[in-house]
Amino acid sequence: MTQQGVRWTADQVLALAPDAASRKAGSKLGAAGPWSEAGSSDEGTVWGLCAGSGSKPYQTVIDVADSTGPAYKCSCPSRKFPCKHALGLLLLWAGEEGTVPRGQAPDWAEQWTEGRRQRAEEKATTTGGASGTASPGDPEAARRRAERRAERITAGATELEQRLADLLRGGLAGAEQAGYGTWEETAARMVDAQAPGLAARVRELGAIPSSGPGWPVRLLEECALLHLLDQGWLRRERLPDDLATTVRSRIGLHGSADGPQIHDRWLVLAQYDTSDSRLTTRRIWLHGSESGRTALLLSYGAAGRAPDLTLPVGLSFEAELSAHSGGGLRAALGERFTPPTPTATRPPGVTTPQAAAHYGKALRADPWLDSYPVILDRVIPTPDGEATTTPQRWQLADADGDLALPIALAPHSLPGLWRLAALSGGAPVTVFGECGHHGFTPLTAWPEGPGEAVSLCS
Amino acid sequence: MNTTSAPEGSWEELVTVALLGTDRRTPPGCGPGQEAPMALLDAAAVETLRRRAGMRPAPAAARPEPSAPDPRPALPPAAAQRLTQLLTDRPGTGGGGRRGTAPDLMELLPQWLTLANAHGFAPPPQALPALLDAARGRTDLRPAALTFAGPRALWLARLNPDWRFALRSTPGGGTALPDPAEPERVQQLWQEGLFAERVALLTAIRTRQPAAARELLATTWTTERAEDRLMFLDSLRSGLCAADEPFLERALADRSRNVRATAAELLSALPESALAGRMAARAGSCVAVDRTRGTPTIVVEAPHECDAGMERDGVVPKPPAGRGERSWWLGQLVDATPLATWPRRLGGRTPEDIVALPVADDWQSELHAAWCRAAVRQRDPGWSRALLGAPSAPEAGGPGAVSLSERSKLLATLGSAERAEWVAGFIGTHGLSEAFQLLGVCAVPWAGPLGRAVVDALNIARDAGSYPWSFSGVMGLAERCLDPAEAVRLEGLTGIPEEPENAAPGAGSYWAEAFQRLVTTLRLRATMTKELTPPQPT
Repeated sequence: MTQQGVRWTADQVLALAPDAASRKAGSKLGAAGPWSEAGSSDEGTVWGLCAGSGSKPYQTVIDVADSTGPAYKCSCPSRKFPCKHALGLLLLWAGEEGTVPRGQAPDWAEQWTEGRRQRAEEKATTTGGASGTASPGDPEAARRRAERRAERITAGATELEQRLADLLRGGLAGAEQAGYGTWEETAARMVDAQAPGLAARVRELGAIPSSGPGWPVRLLEECALLHLLDQGWLRRERLPDDLATTVRSRIGLHGSADGPQIHDRWLVLAQYDTSDSRLTTRRIWLHGSESGRTALLLSYGAAGRAPDLTLPVGLSFEAELSAHSGGGLRAALGERFTPPTPTATRPPGVTTPQAAAHYGKALRADPWLDSYPVILDRVIPTPDGEATTTPQRWQLADADGDLALPIALAPHSLPGLWRLAALSGGAPVTVFGECGHHGFTPLTAWPEGPGEAVSLCS
Repeated sequence: MNTTSAPEGSWEELVTVALLGTDRRTPPGCGPGQEAPMALLDAAAVETLRRRAGMRPAPAAARPEPSAPDPRPALPPAAAQRLTQLLTDRPGTGGGGRRGTAPDLMELLPQWLTLANAHGFAPPPQALPALLDAARGRTDLRPAALTFAGPRALWLARLNPDWRFALRSTPGGGTALPDPAEPERVQQLWQEGLFAERVALLTAIRTRQPAAARELLATTWTTERAEDRLMFLDSLRSGLCAADEPFLERALADRSRNVRATAAELLSALPESALAGRMAARAGSCVAVDRTRGTPTIVVEAPHECDAGMERDGVVPKPPAGRGERSWWLGQLVDATPLATWPRRLGGRTPEDIVALPVADDWQSELHAAWCRAAVRQRDPGWSRALLGAPSAPEAGGPGAVSLSERSKLLATLGSAERAEWVAGFIGTHGLSEAFQLLGVCAVPWAGPLGRAVVDALNIARDAGSYPWSFSGVMGLAERCLDPAEAVRLEGLTGIPEEPENAAPGAGSYWAEAFQRLVTTLRLRATMTKELTPPQPT
């Protein structure tokens, strides 16, 4: 797949930035000033020389035609990837017509792209086109490894049940004094038991007693769901297949994307990152215009690096997705047939009661779901209570009814909330977001009239 | 959200048991003993899922009134993208003190807003929060930002206390002001409105019907509080005319000293007023030309007392620390004297001749400074020109009788072309080190001769071997104010020159960097302008 001839939008370029500082630095270099000898080829290579503080300009070259996403090379010493020069050059190329003229690549750029494409072709012929799946190795050894891991998890889950029983015998009121340490210790034991899913839930338990009023209710809910997960694992043989798969993946044994292939035109509904100290997780929600399916792509980056998959919100592209086994929404991106292009299609939406019902139904397949992706049609962002109360509560109210879903607010989501309010101006909007027991988290919105999608998370 | 009303009671009970512990309480539907905690958790899991799956939407709160429509055309896409970039460039996050070669985007926002307003574009609504945040942090941006932001920004500001300033800075807080043609509504708002609303009302009427505003103020003048009277009086500054004199004369007898002083100041800006006449008589008796010396010389006899009449006309009797009483009074008298008085009083001389006369006994700086203040207050270009003198005169570079800040105020009374020409001449003679304040009052983009003078002076400073950060103020101004068309002429300066013997080490590359930033910024400004220029219908 090649992308030559298709200009990107500046948003698409900026989404590649590994962090906010790079985004800013790249924006500043997206003007003609420091660049010389910039050009682009029909094969999808963009190159240019960027004057820095030294006497020798940096050589920047980018291959935008690669199907796995753009590749970069720059002679600057930055460890950021892509560096600000690559971002700036792409912005320049995405901007005004004529600033990056078509032409013949200089030798230094030509050598790099040739080398890359040769290596890519070699790889494709040796692996038969499969993308980096591990060698199957010895099936017998793999089975034994899996068995040993299952035994460890069983031991961990049994131990965890014991801890929960002790906690409830003594009462949750004592949990407030117990502090964080005991939970950290238990979480570490779950890591040793090779059950990262259990470890993460235990860590969250530790934070609940200090999370403000109403904590006993939340603590009991989370303990009960953790107990349910333990029990699900201990009796996984007796569960229906799909539910067993869900339990396994909640424990941390992720299935592979071996479900059916879905070929469709996918609209990018939202893309957002969450990060902890070690890892940045990027979630991308897609909606298939033919199949009507909603799919979730996950991609990861080590701390400080952007995950490599970037899809611009509001654009659509034709591609094959393979669903993960177990009937969840998660999928893996297969072959892409077209680059993302602007689209006027809007996904069909539902009312607030239907949205709540969708979440309720989804809980049957996965009781541990915190939320479910939903598109609300014709809702009005409405302040609930006085503007002077902090934090101000908001809801999404049906324009044609008298019901509303509360908006789940986190401190970092406030700018997005105000963008949503501004976009609406009191008129109905279409909103995509995650609907769950915390309320509704808006991620993307479309204005009532014509107008492109506005991302609410960045 | 509401939860289903099913067995709400049983959930409450489960929470109570969980809080106290199964050793103290027995969970419902289970015997005591080893299994109690597990039974409790089983029941809680079922109950938790029942509650989550049974969520229902809540009743909707009152919907906000829709915002007023914005009839302006939308920004072209490229310009909308540029706005987002300018707004995300927050100052204080850059690479410390060194400015690098990249433009300061936030500094270009004021120009961008001016251009967008000139074309009458509407903003993309989703950009409004960032725009309001920017205007909240920078009061200098507010007028242009709020004009551009339009009606929906006021709608938003009513929902977010952080943006309340937008309601304050917009007449009537975004609620439509009554038309002056609706006397009942005007009267009602004037009688019952909040102070800020009343000031806005008075200001709005003053711009359209100066006399009506004065009459409105007169209806309640005696009942207003002193600090309010001061603010209301201040709103008469715009559209000041001879018809305001009787009202202002009455205000000279006000109980409040500040109100009296403001009334006097306004009257002195009316050359025909009785107060101006009284001041001219007082000042005239203090200043005369002595023809008995070899060259005609101005002699000054400062007032010996500050009598009740002077005080009533706004002269402040007590000087600030370190100033003599008599010179303090003289200065105030000359300040408030119509400048047309002096040619008559001093032998029919022109302002230039008068300024050129020697002044006896060290009174020159006192007298010239007072004339400067009068020229600025009365916006008199003839006197400003005379007091500025030739830009190439040696004393123009200071320290002369007229300080740089006074000069920049005097320049502001001249036409933009003349102003630019004077500053260009000044820079050509005195260089850049004193020019920053003067450049600040020149019209943007700088006229050709001025731009060339600045670039030449920067070039000279570079060749003289100094560091560019000694000129960072002027550099920053040049980035924002040079005509983008000058970028071509600057090309030759972005290279790193050979270092001369006596140059500061490494200065050459710093200069190259500074000039690169200048060129990049100029290019960016040209692009910005192009992005905002609507395509011509073909």
